Amino acid sequence: MAAGVLTRVKQALRGPRLAAAVFSCHGQTLSSAAAAVHSPAAPTIETDATDKILNFPLTQPDYFRLSELFSIKDLFDARVHLGHKKGCRHALMEPYLFGCRLDMDIIDLEQTVDHLQQALNFTAHVAFRGGVVLFVSRRRQFAHLVETTARDCGEYAHTRYWKGGLLTNAPVQYSPGVRLPDLIVFLSTLNNVFQEHVGIRDAAKMNIPTVGIVDSNCNPSLITYPVPGNDDTPAAMEMYCRLFKMTIKRAKDKRRQMELLKGI
Amino acid sequence: MAASSSRCVRLILWKYGSCGKNFCLSRSRTTSQLPVRQICVSSSLWKKNLAAAGPQKFTQEFIDKQVEEFEIGKRHLANMMGEDPETFTQEDVDRSIAYLFPSGLFEKHARPVMKHPEQIFPKQKAVQWDAEGRPFHFLFYTGKQSYYSLMHDVYDKMLVVEKHQDKMRNKGLFMADTKQISLSGSRWLLKEEMEEILVENISDQDYLRFIQLAERLLSMPYCSLEEEFILKFRKPLEVQSRNQEIPVLQHDARGVAFSVADGRRKSAKARITLIDSGSGNITINGTNYLRYFPVLQDREQLMFPLHFVGLLGRFDIEGSVEGSGRSSQAGAVRLAISRALLSFVSEGEVEKMRQAGLLTADPRIKERKKPGQEKARKKFTWKKR
Repeated sequence: MAAGVLTRVKQALRGPRLAAAVFSCHGQTLSSAAAAVHSPAAPTIETDATDKILNFPLTQPDYFRLSELFSIKDLFDARVHLGHKKGCRHALMEPYLFGCRLDMDIIDLEQTVDHLQQALNFTAHVAFRGGVVLFVSRRRQFAHLVETTARDCGEYAHTRYWKGGLLTNAPVQYSPGVRLPDLIVFLSTLNNVFQEHVGIRDAAKMNIPTVGIVDSNCNPSLITYPVPGNDDTPAAMEMYCRLFKMTIKRAKDKRRQMELLKGI
Repeated sequence: MAASSSRCVRLILWKYGSCGKNFCLSRSRTTSQLPVRQICVSSSLWKKNLAAAGPQKFTQEFIDKQVEEFEIGKRHLANMMGEDPETFTQEDVDRSIAYLFPSGLFEKHARPVMKHPEQIFPKQKAVQWDAEGRPFHFLFYTGKQSYYSLMHDVYDKMLVVEKHQDKMRNKGLFMADTKQISLSGSRWLLKEEMEEILVENISDQDYLRFIQLAERLLSMPYCSLEEEFILKFRKPLEVQSRNQEIPVLQHDARGVAFSVADGRRKSAKARITLIDSGSGNITINGTNYLRYFPVLQDREQLMFPLHFVGLLGRFDIEGSVEGSGRSSQAGAVRLAISRALLSFVSEGEVEKMRQAGLLTADPRIKERKKPGQEKARKKFTWKKR
């Protein structure tokens, strides 16, 4: 009897959109069903242009031509391949290491180039779509550099003590209606006590994608776009900051250019 | 088919939801919508959780509307009182309200009040992000944007000074003993004053870190480059001696300078005339000080102010004192002499005398006797049983 009723209800309800809601006729998924029902908007010229701006770059592999910003030689000169000692090595970083010389870990720069390319591309696309990028680093040596980089490209930085609920309890920490970052870039994934930065776990909890420079003593697990590389040398840090600044500036300039062209 | 299905659905709903409230299920709507099952809930879930809501927030439009109403109301009130609406001040408003609504309530805050909405509604922080939700300040996500921005700026200045130092070293012109910023006569701003400037709360550790950073900037040789920036965080100390009342210097018929001053100690009152170009004679109540103050201690008290400024033999002292005992009279005369001496002495000396305690009236009086005790402090004999 119940099964019969179920099938009848299924037949009675029209529209494939509500099919998901049928499986529980107790009305618990009514809200999702209601959300699924949307009336198609009349396509205007403006929405077409905005769609083109937003969708076209996603079809290209390297729309912002970021591969010309750096080469393996630049990474080598900036000493990005130098890791920590063998004793400090994190087990999960072994795939990214080229080898070990005199007890010192060497990071595989060919992998680094691929990862960095992907990370920069993602950052560029996020900045292109007007996303909020937050630079995080807890290294005192480079705090000023990171903050200056963030200010120069019009994004945000957090190089200070990370208070507990900044991401997970944002309406209380800031004010209701705050917008959380759309991308968090960790220029060093460890905090001052050589433990994993709390922000990585919190960003994963809040579904915020992360880009992180992981050294040979870091844990690359929860980071969306890990970039194996050195995070202790000033030369390497300056290079990363320069690269991120250039990508974000390029992406924003491109967006402004396209909006002017489309006349919006 | 639709009708039978709706009937069956309603049967099921009746079985499950019979303890609930009314169904909002109509025949025409069953075909296009899922049946709604009303879940019976207790009234505690409807009530607003007032404690969790926090302090009430007012939108900017609401406040603007209130300001408009206040201005219009003020004009109406002025017309009512027969005064000119253009020159109707807040005091006039308060006076008119007190006249029109007389209240015998003791609590002043409970009486009818008509004030500008800025003073009534609590100040709220302005919204810190633009229409798209992007915050204005680049350190917004730290939580303490003004404080960390200030630390960032101080570090910027330090880097500028270091760069200048390196440049001088390269040229070979580096000198460690360059002009230093004078810090005497000023103090660092207190934590409360910093909070006022930054418009946000900072903790004690934050304040200490800021002071440490500023001190480090001041320790660098070429810090005078950023003098203007640092002096913004230093408050000049008021020179206390400026508040001192100095008695007027008078001249008698022969042209000799003299000054008159009073002094008090316990219930002794003294009035002293200090005459210049004398030889150190002291006359109290018509008798010589040796006769009036036989005890050495009292005479030392008279001597102290003159000995301190080094003008012992220069003045002649003439005066009268009454009341209390010998020690208090000596103290009263000492205070009077110090005050009279101010008109003969420079400002630096005045500050020195103030710091020596010569110009402070001794506030100690006899402590009262308390009930349940013999005297002010002496208790009755304590008996164990």
